[in-house]
Amino acid sequence: MRLRTLTALVGALGLSLVTGCAQGGSAGSSANTVTYWLWDANQLPAYQACAKGFEKENPGLKVKITQLGWSDYWTKLTAGFIAGTQPDVFTDHIQKFGQFADLQVLEPLDDLGIKDDAYQPGLAANWMGQDGHRYGAPKDWDTVALFYNQKLAKDAGLNPEELNNLAWNPKDGGTFEKAIAHLTIDRNGKRGDEPGFDKNNVKVYGLATNGGGFGDGQTQWSPFTASAGWDYTEKPRWGTDYQYDSQTFQSVIDWYFGLAEKGYMPPLSDYNIQSNQANTQFAAGKAATAMDGAWMISTYHGFKGIDVGTAFTPAGPTGKRATMMNGLADSIAKGARNKEGARKWVAYLASDKCQTVVGKAGVVFPATPAGTEAAIAAYKKKGIDVTAFTEPVADKKDFRTFSYPITNYAADVTALMQPAMEDVFGNGKPASSLDETNDQINFILNQ
Amino acid sequence: MTVASSSPPSRLPLTGAEPLVPTKGAKARARGDGALAAVFIAPAMLGFLVFLCWPTIRGIWLSFTRFNLLTPAEWVGLDNYIRMVNDPIFWSSLGVTVEYVVINIGVQTVSALAIAVLLQRLTQSSLLRGIVLTPYLMSNVVAGLVWLWILDTQLGIGNEIITAIGFDRIPFLADETWAIPTIALINVWRHVGYTALLLFAGLQAIPNDMYEAAKVDGASEWRMFWRITMPLLRPVLAVVLIMTVIGSFQVFDTVAVTTAGGPANATNVLQYYIYGSAFGRFQFGYASAMSVALLVVLSAITVLQYRLTRAGQSDLG
Repeated sequence: MRLRTLTALVGALGLSLVTGCAQGGSAGSSANTVTYWLWDANQLPAYQACAKGFEKENPGLKVKITQLGWSDYWTKLTAGFIAGTQPDVFTDHIQKFGQFADLQVLEPLDDLGIKDDAYQPGLAANWMGQDGHRYGAPKDWDTVALFYNQKLAKDAGLNPEELNNLAWNPKDGGTFEKAIAHLTIDRNGKRGDEPGFDKNNVKVYGLATNGGGFGDGQTQWSPFTASAGWDYTEKPRWGTDYQYDSQTFQSVIDWYFGLAEKGYMPPLSDYNIQSNQANTQFAAGKAATAMDGAWMISTYHGFKGIDVGTAFTPAGPTGKRATMMNGLADSIAKGARNKEGARKWVAYLASDKCQTVVGKAGVVFPATPAGTEAAIAAYKKKGIDVTAFTEPVADKKDFRTFSYPITNYAADVTALMQPAMEDVFGNGKPASSLDETNDQINFILNQ
Repeated sequence: MTVASSSPPSRLPLTGAEPLVPTKGAKARARGDGALAAVFIAPAMLGFLVFLCWPTIRGIWLSFTRFNLLTPAEWVGLDNYIRMVNDPIFWSSLGVTVEYVVINIGVQTVSALAIAVLLQRLTQSSLLRGIVLTPYLMSNVVAGLVWLWILDTQLGIGNEIITAIGFDRIPFLADETWAIPTIALINVWRHVGYTALLLFAGLQAIPNDMYEAAKVDGASEWRMFWRITMPLLRPVLAVVLIMTVIGSFQVFDTVAVTTAGGPANATNVLQYYIYGSAFGRFQFGYASAMSVALLVVLSAITVLQYRLTRAGQSDLG
């Protein structure tokens, strides 16, 4: 009798737990709700405004937006894919695209009618998988330019016009290296190009460092390697042959990290991804210029007591100036609970309607031309000139834009290239040591 | 004076009321107690099986597979182990980890022992004991971040002081040679108080009359330390060593916060490499193989330590 009572109790408890879980599971993902994740807190208000517009157009549908910091974001997303608690829609990065495609966690978006020419060039095409299906709807883009401290530039006798017309080459560094050297000041007040300059006791470096740059060098060496005519792989997307063993690439790398040996750029030991990135060096007055991305515009212009200017990346041996043009997209998880609502929301996110609203916030360049225009106007209203970031996209004659490397095994490439580049930058290894790393990478890609 | 001359520690006297051969009633009671005991043990046993045994067995099984978490695991036999043996980064990670453990445990144990002895012989102040324990109250991540900022090459206050007194800046966490000793010492700073407290508790168990007798015999503090304290503290010291060595081999958070394995793999300790392989590169099979290797290394070291230090035996009494 007692046993039967106990069994009944346990059974009832179990049943209530199961039904409780079931209710809990469906509550967050009802047919009326679309869950959406993003990582940039600056962009949250803009997308909340977008969601309002969407909800007005789609009565009965609600968008639930969750913002998580960059590193938590990917950990939680991965955990979500495994546990089935992923959002319906999430902001996707091209760096992760290859891996997510490998893991088959993305939903094809072919039926959304995304057209390449509705967005800035190249943005839509990057989100096509190797299987010919689309996995992302373009949402925004960024380029890289040279931020400079206006006062330090003026003290060095460099005007904005000069800084906007710099050129470099891997032999003597050209006018770019001359400017960087002149902006460098040692403890005794001697400039980098003056006799008696003490490269071991530098007070202000000409160019800030963002570390070794992993396998992409987005804000480090990529403006130089690309303007020298080099490409990451043998074709723009889904290549299987990385070219870190190229003579052109290695000569640029030797020259670029050589700037640190000359005392014009801080050594690797001054850099820390947590505590001392390029923008921190710039803000602390330890560097006169910094190569950085459009996503940092508000950060640089927010530094108190520093008047910030921006200049184009220097022209290289090909005669062109180069910058990576990277773009984020919105993707739908394969395990999304509300796929119908998710499709509607992604289509709305990718539309001019939403992207103009986001552009007006002046925190990011949306992917559609109208959205970009709205953002330029919004930045202008804040007194920020963003020509150095937008001109490379508009002017294909003098500028070359290129994409973040899109290949399989992206995480392995990063894991192998990070220490290899740090060995060159920090431990004085020649760039030719990258031959071996390149072989390892290509071995993985072709296995 | 000798250790053997001291009186044995008091033991609970046998009551004499319990018969040596259990009666029928006692047997029944024992059976009843057994069922009750099983009920009490069940939650802990369930946790042990679900959170320890099962993951260990599954981890060992996964080490023979290729597994990316999202698609079913694929049996690859010894492939992961062959790759591990041929992977230079695995061996360098193991080397870096051993270097870390040697510096961390060496400095920590000596300092903790010194602090514990000083606490026992010189002062009874609980305020001092509290202060010694303070860094341990901080989380590893916070401690790592604070030291990262203090020791930053370009902006850290530590380096500002070093240059102010006329020396060159030291890239504590950004140079191949300095990074591991620096991380090891950051963790010594955090854990030394706790270790000292454990040893201090061990010292409290040494009967005071031994020191008094030794003093009467004219022994110096130094001599008493080597002849009384060390031999009688040995079992506690051995257990503390086993625990701290295991913890030290599993260093992860301080590395993740301060150097992320860099520069150029100089601080890529085994746990960090395992984590990166699993959660960064989705190579859960290979990461499991390396975890099994770490388990084997730790088990071997623990058994060896246990044997060498005779941790299970006391010289007291």
